[in-house]
Amino acid sequence: MLAKRIIPCLDVMNGRTVKGINFEQLRDAGDPVELGKLYSDAGADELVFLDITATKEKRKTLAALADRVAHHLNIPFTIGGGIASLEDVDALLDHGADKVSINSSAVRDPELIDRLSKKFGSQCIVVAIDAREMDGEWRVHVAGGTIPTDRELFSWAREAQERGAGEILFTSMDHDGTKNGFALKALKLMSGSLSIPIIASGGAGSINDFVDVFTIAEADAGLAASIFHFQEISIPELKSELKQKGIPIR
Amino acid sequence: MKVAVIDYNAGNTRSVYYALQRLGVDAIFTEKIPEIELADKVIFPGVGEASSTMQYLKDSGLSKVIPSLTQPVLGICLGMQLMCKWSEENDTDCLGIFDLNVQKFLPEQGEKVPHMGWNKCYDVKGELFRGSIEGNYTYFVHSYYVPVCQFTSARCDYIHPFSAAMQRDNFFATQFHPEKSGLVGAEILQNFLKI
Repeated sequence: MLAKRIIPCLDVMNGRTVKGINFEQLRDAGDPVELGKLYSDAGADELVFLDITATKEKRKTLAALADRVAHHLNIPFTIGGGIASLEDVDALLDHGADKVSINSSAVRDPELIDRLSKKFGSQCIVVAIDAREMDGEWRVHVAGGTIPTDRELFSWAREAQERGAGEILFTSMDHDGTKNGFALKALKLMSGSLSIPIIASGGAGSINDFVDVFTIAEADAGLAASIFHFQEISIPELKSELKQKGIPIR
Repeated sequence: MKVAVIDYNAGNTRSVYYALQRLGVDAIFTEKIPEIELADKVIFPGVGEASSTMQYLKDSGLSKVIPSLTQPVLGICLGMQLMCKWSEENDTDCLGIFDLNVQKFLPEQGEKVPHMGWNKCYDVKGELFRGSIEGNYTYFVHSYYVPVCQFTSARCDYIHPFSAAMQRDNFFATQFHPEKSGLVGAEILQNFLKI
């Protein structure tokens, strides 16, 4: 049985790992590659590196980071942040990234998803979506969650799938940084309407939150940052408790 | 020992090179036919799309060279699928080392496609799996699969049982990514280097 994945997310700014609380306050948590290795050894199934400065500063390439990670780690990883072209993706995959995630650039130019999945295969194209509930509707935001768009979460996720996304990384901005649990209702809805895997992000605060995201929301992977960075939950303990609940875990 | 990693137009070939480096092997990362033919071991890696990759292999002459190799060859993921006869992915004629057709996973009973993540290998046999791989997790990411057949040397179950690994003579292949499968994957690569 395919295992549910535990994915620490390393937000990177100026080459250092940080985690924003609701994307605003930033705290420093070390060297991304060293931290990634620590997580890999602790049993993380996959890693996501997001360059959170990228969208604002238009930074194009994270190839050097991809290269260092691929050199030192033997689990898969995704790199995202400011990726907007075929050339960006080519450079990252060529430097050892397994997948890339695109966010604002896909909203601005949805056909980018078609072009990337056709050229590199769906399996390495993750469409990341940041959304927040506004007047009863989940609205997609871009530019690191700072700019609301007209797009609605579920229709955008479906469109991304139809255009060739291999995976959706959905971050609930309402839940991100709160540690009150994932956006279970929205995730469950999304899981029921898509045929590609969903990575749940935003709100993890306890082991039970992961149990809920896999059993109630039927997410394929659970992503978190600060609770891992500040050792509030240890990955071995998390995985062993999930296993005890009968959830398939590596 | 000379290990050649075929450097062709597909993503993620560098990960294999680094995985070998972690095992103490300084592989050659090459698309030059003489270097590939003279290597003791050849690895044919890759993530990508079948038809454009096959076109590249044809244009570079590698499509003739790879099936004629006599040293141990390991195809990984797309590499394994291209070693088959035909792929449903954009109706692509492949290398024909394994006389099999590659089929597309159809999403079923809430199971997602691509098959992405860690899954278990069963009924493992052959030189690639001398350790204790049976029932262990390896990392998969693919939307197409090779059915279980006479060449299957490890089975995985997802939607249907499929070939997680295959072997025919000197040709070895894994659908999963040993270079991304933690310690289990490192052991499998080590086993290949010892063949």
